[in-house]
Amino acid sequence: MTEARRSARAYWLRVLAAAVLFIAFIVVIDVAAHGAFLRPSNIVTVLRQITYNFILAIGETFVIITAGIDLSIGSLVSLCGVVMAIVANSLHLPAVALIAVTLLAGLAVGAAAGYANALPVVKLNLPPFITTLAMMQIALGFSYIASAGRPVPLNVSVFENTGYGLFLGGLTNALHLPGIPIPVIWMLVAGVFFSVLLTRTRFGRYVLAIGGNEEASRLAGIDVAKMKTLVYVISGVCAAVVGFLYMALFSSGSPQTGTGNEMLGAIAAVVVGGTSLMGGRGTIVGTFFGALLIGSLNNAMNLLNINSYLQMVVLGAVILLAVALDQLRRRFFSA
Amino acid sequence: MDFFRDALGERRENTIIASAPLLEMRGVAKAFPGVQALSGVSFSLERGEILALVGENGAGKSTLMKILAGGLAADAGEIFVDGHRAKIDAPRTAERLGIGMIYQEFNLVPQLSAVENLVLGNEPTRRGLLDTASARERAQRIFEELGIEMPLDLPVSQLSVGRQQLVEIAKALSKQARIIVMDEPTASLTENEIERLFAIVRRLKAAGNGVIYISHRLEELPRIADRVTILRDGRIIETRPRESFPRDEIVSAMVGRRLEAQYPALPEVAENAPVVLEVRGLVRPPAVNGVSLQVRAGEIIGFAGLVGAGRTEILRAIAGADVPRTGEILVDAKSVRVRSPIDAIREGIVFITEDRKAQGLVLGMGVRENVTLAHLARFESRARMLDRARETEETQRMIRELAIRTPSTEQLARNLSGGTQQKVVLAKWLLGTARILLFDEPTRGIDVGAKAEIHSLMVRLAADGAAIVMVSSELPEVLGMSHRIYAVRGGRLVREFTREEATPDGVMLAAAGAAA
Repeated sequence: MTEARRSARAYWLRVLAAAVLFIAFIVVIDVAAHGAFLRPSNIVTVLRQITYNFILAIGETFVIITAGIDLSIGSLVSLCGVVMAIVANSLHLPAVALIAVTLLAGLAVGAAAGYANALPVVKLNLPPFITTLAMMQIALGFSYIASAGRPVPLNVSVFENTGYGLFLGGLTNALHLPGIPIPVIWMLVAGVFFSVLLTRTRFGRYVLAIGGNEEASRLAGIDVAKMKTLVYVISGVCAAVVGFLYMALFSSGSPQTGTGNEMLGAIAAVVVGGTSLMGGRGTIVGTFFGALLIGSLNNAMNLLNINSYLQMVVLGAVILLAVALDQLRRRFFSA
Repeated sequence: MDFFRDALGERRENTIIASAPLLEMRGVAKAFPGVQALSGVSFSLERGEILALVGENGAGKSTLMKILAGGLAADAGEIFVDGHRAKIDAPRTAERLGIGMIYQEFNLVPQLSAVENLVLGNEPTRRGLLDTASARERAQRIFEELGIEMPLDLPVSQLSVGRQQLVEIAKALSKQARIIVMDEPTASLTENEIERLFAIVRRLKAAGNGVIYISHRLEELPRIADRVTILRDGRIIETRPRESFPRDEIVSAMVGRRLEAQYPALPEVAENAPVVLEVRGLVRPPAVNGVSLQVRAGEIIGFAGLVGAGRTEILRAIAGADVPRTGEILVDAKSVRVRSPIDAIREGIVFITEDRKAQGLVLGMGVRENVTLAHLARFESRARMLDRARETEETQRMIRELAIRTPSTEQLARNLSGGTQQKVVLAKWLLGTARILLFDEPTRGIDVGAKAEIHSLMVRLAADGAAIVMVSSELPEVLGMSHRIYAVRGGRLVREFTREEATPDGVMLAAAGAAA
C-alpha cells in the first residue's frame, strides 16, 4: 500500500508542478500585458476563442489514443456547416424543433463521414492517415458542390442565441460578472461528457487498451473494429458540433470555414495536452489544458501587439517545447 | 580461426595483463526507486570460459548485464577488462571493449537480409556507395568460421528463430566481441538448433572468448557451463565449478528454499468425465492440416513438437485467433461457431499466448486494468459507469489467489517480472468462467518459483474440471504435466502417447519424424 501511496503522491506532485508552471506562465503574461490578461472579460474571451479548437480536439484525442489520426475534421466542419445551413433554410418548423433537426442532420453527416473514415481502416487495414486524407478532399469537394462555392446565409434567426448569446445573461449581468457565451457552455458540456466517457466507461477503457496493445485487446475479446469505428464517428460528430456552432456564429454555412489551420490546431492541442501519438495514453482534461495553453498564448500575443507572423513562430516553438518537456519528464520519472 | 585472431588483434595495442581475468566486475550496486536491484556484485570471467549466470526472474541478471552493456549506469562498483579499469558509459563503449550482447528478443531488422543485418551501422562502402560484394564476403567469412550455412539474401523474418539467433551471434562477432553475453539463448530453439548453438558456443570458447550464459533451463548447464554463478535478490549467492554443483543445490540456491518434486501430482481424470472440447478435422493451411482431438473435463493434454510444427497455430485456430478454413469445434458435445476470440470466450475457451508482451498484456496499463480487461462488462454499474472500487477488490482477490508479486493493483504491467506478468495474464482469464484453457508455452522464460506456482495452478484448474491443452518446448514439462501427449508435426497430431508410455526419446523421435 505504501507503493500505491507513493505513486499517488508522485501523481499529485506532477499535477502540482504542472499547475505551478501554468500559473507562472499566466502571471508572466498578465504582468507583461499590464494586467489586461487576467481581467474577467478577457478570460471569457480566451475560453470563447478556444471553444472550437477544444471541441475538435476532443474527437481527435480519441482517435490519437488508438494510435490513429483524423485529418478530415476541418473539411467536415465545412461540410456539416453547409449542409446544416441548407437544411435550416429549407424547413419550416418551430424554433426549437428547427434547431434540433438541423443539429441532428449535421451530426448525421459528421457521423457518416467518420464511419466512412473508419471502414477502410478496420476492413482493409489501410492507414488512417490515408483514409482521412482522402476524406479531407472528398468532404471539402462535397461542401463546395452543395454550396456552389459560396457561403449559404441563414434566412432564419433562431440560431443567433446559440452562436453568440450569453448563458443566463440576466443573472451574470445582475451580478456584474462577464456574460458566459453559449458556445463555452457547449464546450464545457462536451468536455465533461467525453472525459467521463474516456475514463469511466467500458468503451473508454477499450479505446485505451487498443491503443496500448491492439492484438492483446483483440485476443481479450474486444471488438476492435467496432471500437475503432466508434472513435472516428466521435471525431466526425465533434467536427459537426463545431460546424453547427460556427454556422450559428456567422449566421451562414460557409465552405471556407474549417479549412484553415483548424485540423492542425486540434492536433497541436491534443499533443500539447500529453496524449501520445503512439497511442494508449491520453486524457480529455489534458487536451483542454493543451487548447487553453495555445489559446492563452495567442490571446496574450495579441494583447502585447506582437506581429502576427511572429506569433506563428512562437506558437510552433511552444508546441515543440511542450511535447519535448513532457517526453523528458517521462524519461526522468518512469525509468 | 583467422577471424577470431583478428578479434584479439584489435586490442593488441593495449597491453593485456596475462594474469588478469578477461572480465571482472567488482562491488556493483544499483538501486531503482523502491528496490535495491544489485548490491555488492562481484564476479570474474576467464578467457575461454563459459560462465552460467543463473537466478530467478527479478534476481538482477538483466540489470547486471545492462550495466555491462552500457545501457544502464551503476551506482557503485568497478569493471575491469583485461585487468584494465573500464568506464562503460554507453553501448558504444561496451562494443569497443569487445562486449557483445545477444538478447532474448533479437535486435534484427526483419525486412533486411542476414548480410544487411550483419553489417548494419558498419556498412562497407566504395566511393560513397554501399559495397555489397565485400559485405557479402565479410558475412560469408563469419558464417564459415562459425561452421554454419546461412541463406544470406532472404529477409531474416523468413528464417527460423534458431537461424535468426545465429545471425545475432554472427553480428556480435563481426563487431569483434570477445565477451559474449547470451540471454536465454535456447528459449525458443529446437533440440537440433540447441545442439548446433552449443557447438558454436564451444568454438567461441576454444578461440579464447569468454561467454556469460544466462538460462532458466538448468538441465542445459551440465552440457555447456564451466562454472555456475547464482544470483538472488541482487546478490551473488555462490559460484562453483559446474561438476561440483548438482542441480538440486543450484535450484535451492536460486530460490533460497528447497523445492519438493519438480512437477505436482496430476489428479486422476474420472472414468466418466465428459468430453468438454472436441475438435474435428481442423484445417488452416499452411500450418494446420487436419487436427482432431478430444479433451475431457479434468484432463491436461500436452503438445510436443519442434518449432514450426504448427502447435501454436492449432491453438490459435481453436481459440478463434485465426479463422480455420474447415473443421468443427464442439463444446460439451454441441457444435459451436468460433470465428473470433469473442466467440471463443463466449464458449469458455481462452487462449494464454506465448508472447505475453505482444499478445497478452497492455504494458502501459496497470495490473487492475489488465486483469479486468476481458470481463469489463461485469464491472459496469446500471449507469454504464465502471466501478473501480469493485475492480480493485476483484484484482486484489486474484493477486492473493495467484500470489502475484506486485506492489499495488496500479503498478504498470511493463514494470513486472516475466513470471509476474504471466500470472497477470492468467488472472485475466481466471476472472471469467473459462472451462477450456489453451496454454502456449505457459512457463517460457520465467523463473523456477513462478514456474512451480503456474504448474500447481494448472493442476488445480484441472481438478476443478477444466479441460487444458498445453504447448511446451520443454519436453520434461510436457511429460510431467500432461495426462496425454501428442507429438505434433507438419500441422498434424502424428502420434498419441499416454502418460505411462511417453518417454522423452519416444516423444522427441515422433515429433522429429524419425518414428512411424
